[in-house]
Amino acid sequence: MLEDLSHSILDIAENAVNAEATKIVIEIAEKLDENKITLTVSDNGKGMDEDLLSRVSDPFVTSRKTRRVGLGIPFLRQAAEGCGGFFEIRSSPGKGTSVMASFCTDHIDCPPMGDLAATLITLLLGWPDKRWIFRYKINGRQFELDSDEIVKVLGDRESLHSCEVAAWLKGWIDENLSILRLGGSDQYAQDKKS
Amino acid sequence: MPKIRNLEDLRKVKESAKDLTAARSGGRTHIIVGMGTCGIAAGAREVMTAILAELEKRGIKDVAVETTGCIGMCQFEPLVDVIRPGEPRITYGNVSPEDVPRIVAEHLINGNVVADKVIGRTD
Repeated sequence: MLEDLSHSILDIAENAVNAEATKIVIEIAEKLDENKITLTVSDNGKGMDEDLLSRVSDPFVTSRKTRRVGLGIPFLRQAAEGCGGFFEIRSSPGKGTSVMASFCTDHIDCPPMGDLAATLITLLLGWPDKRWIFRYKINGRQFELDSDEIVKVLGDRESLHSCEVAAWLKGWIDENLSILRLGGSDQYAQDKKS
Repeated sequence: MPKIRNLEDLRKVKESAKDLTAARSGGRTHIIVGMGTCGIAAGAREVMTAILAELEKRGIKDVAVETTGCIGMCQFEPLVDVIRPGEPRITYGNVSPEDVPRIVAEHLINGNVVADKVIGRTD
């Protein structure tokens, strides 16, 4: 079992990498008044056919028979459904996969969010050749990170392997997330309601 | 956009890192952390974070930190490979964040393999 949502995100995102995706979008949407968090990981990877899709949520089938999907999906599904949320996975061959999980934050079994910045730098540093887009929305305000934008500033993708860059990014993400959680500022949060 | 101004600082961080990297000759050391479901559940992300923190603390610049998927020895997770130029690839098993300073100090700086943590060696 994975400890918190940030660990699940890391794990699900790795599925996307294994599915040969070039662009992975991680979106977390939090609605404070409804005590609800929705997590979506979408990729443009090779996708799955109906048969595999019907089996991925079943740990007794997937964990042993497919290498494409491990125990991560059953873990996430169990976590979501265990706290009154829902889980959904959509996929089509050649087009990619989208995994969505929602959580009721006022449920006693709702996992904590955990260290999102650590998950993100692990993904950026681990797979610098992918385009990572991360959005965290709270009541419509949002923080967005696009790895292409970061690579443009750095000048090359190789620099993402540097620990100083990772340390800077971790601080930057932490700072932005805490600003967002505290109610946001005009500087960082954009009013993009969706 | 203020976000861009912030990212400009990142460019400065990168520039200063590059100067020192360029000053050193020879190949780069690679550290590879296994980041499959097994690794993540065993604490690989925390080990990775500890490695980054330790390298930064010690000002070690010429090391590339990378990740890989399941290495296939899940019972030994978290797994960390250290590859120094011209030396065998060393695989450490059951690595905890507490082991990281020792591996960095002994192996990366002094060049001595931390024998009690080694589970594999590839020449």
